[in-house]
Amino acid sequence: MSEGSHGSVQVRSSSAINESRIAISELDFFYGEHKALKQINLNLPNKQVTGMIGPSGCGKSTLLRVLNRMYDLYPGQRAVGNVMMDGENIIDPSVDLNSLRARIGMVFQKPTPFPMSIYDNIAFGVKLHEKLSKAAMDERVEWSLTRAALWGEVKDRLNTPAMGMSGGQQQRLCIARTIAVRPEVILLDEPTSALDPISTLKIEELIDELKHDFTIAIVTHNMQQAARCADQVAFFYLGEMVEVGPAEQIFTAPKEKRTQEYVTGRFG
Amino acid sequence: MPDSPEHLVKSYDTELKKLRAMMAEMGGIVENQVALAAQAILTRDNEIATKTVEGDAKVDSLERDIEQFVIRMLALRQPMASDLRFIIASLKMTGDLERIGDYAANVAKRSVVLSQFAIPFSLTGLGQMLRLVQEQLKSIIDAVDAGDTEKAVAVWRSDQAVDDLYNMIFRELITYMMEDPRNITPCTHLLFIAKNLERIGDHATNIAETVYYAVRGEVLPDMRPKGDTSAYAVVRPKE
Repeated sequence: MSEGSHGSVQVRSSSAINESRIAISELDFFYGEHKALKQINLNLPNKQVTGMIGPSGCGKSTLLRVLNRMYDLYPGQRAVGNVMMDGENIIDPSVDLNSLRARIGMVFQKPTPFPMSIYDNIAFGVKLHEKLSKAAMDERVEWSLTRAALWGEVKDRLNTPAMGMSGGQQQRLCIARTIAVRPEVILLDEPTSALDPISTLKIEELIDELKHDFTIAIVTHNMQQAARCADQVAFFYLGEMVEVGPAEQIFTAPKEKRTQEYVTGRFG
Repeated sequence: MPDSPEHLVKSYDTELKKLRAMMAEMGGIVENQVALAAQAILTRDNEIATKTVEGDAKVDSLERDIEQFVIRMLALRQPMASDLRFIIASLKMTGDLERIGDYAANVAKRSVVLSQFAIPFSLTGLGQMLRLVQEQLKSIIDAVDAGDTEKAVAVWRSDQAVDDLYNMIFRELITYMMEDPRNITPCTHLLFIAKNLERIGDHATNIAETVYYAVRGEVLPDMRPKGDTSAYAVVRPKE
């Protein structure tokens, strides 16, 4: 395994918010005529977890799609504003999508393993970006699976089909696949909504581990999950970001009435 | 505390309402216990004193009920934000109310002993303290019920007056004891009674702080000056 930024370990602070890794400002997003995001200003703090909560259709998943330019695949969808990462506006058309998506990985609600072996699921993405020797690739696969807390369970069956794994294992495989290309930011779109409680806790434990090395944004419908995982929580409603703050604040004493009503379950 | 807009889950709302009702009930009973204790001292009525002492069991059992109910809600509802603050506040306040109940019972017990002694001096100071503490208690219980932080802050600030009275009574009672050793037994009981009342005032201010946090989501900004200086009081016989 080559030495990279994933070696460093950060001292965890429960309430302090780090400097931003991605700075979003004045971001609008359109599905054709429909404005789905309105003037979003949000920073994703470096090596911390940002939880995004809000009712269905509030724009949180749309925001994740903007962050790794998923919308580029669909004509009529466009983003306007600034999503700054290392001094570059990543929604600028001149940004190379392949390298952007290697830097900003994404995991979806339903596990989406490729119909190939566990080993190849990991190696597939890596091969697109890097030329590694067999030994280096073996090392990368082991590293990714270890970081995704899956190595122990699959090390003896790396060449068996990934589809044979349990749902929770498949999702951890998808996370392993995402981190295999060594991104800086990981986007998780309701990563545990299709999983049982124990698999969910394993993913949450994994998120806690991964944030030492990666900046993470997680969209979740499960408020307790946001409370457990996130350092910072942003509440979205009808395409607006209503409030953002340390998780502790959002769940004990939110400042905005709409946040208060949503987190207590009084949204009507 | 006042009802927020309706919760999407009706049974959760019902539970929150029930908790509010339990808190109101406990507040009312404790208020009554203190009133009975006051009456027992001032009228030297042993029957009322006994009734007060017996009444404490109800306070204790309500505290246990509220505690269990709160634990259940925390486990089953995983409350957030204002609900979380209210539920935790209830748990804290029920502890304060239970202590207030204990002090009332203790005052009542001592009033029975006290009634066996002739008291050759006036109990005006103590009467004043009893009134003030009862007023404070009533205010704070109303503030809990209405989620009224202004009222809570007023109670929080008014505790100084109770402390001042306590310091005055403390010195006065020591003086009576020095004047005549026969006063020592009743005065010692009176001292404890005054101390109990002073503690009731302190618990009322605790409740005030808790209500403030529950409603506003922030702690009261400044530290309240601690007014009980009797720990440093020295009263010397005249030369």
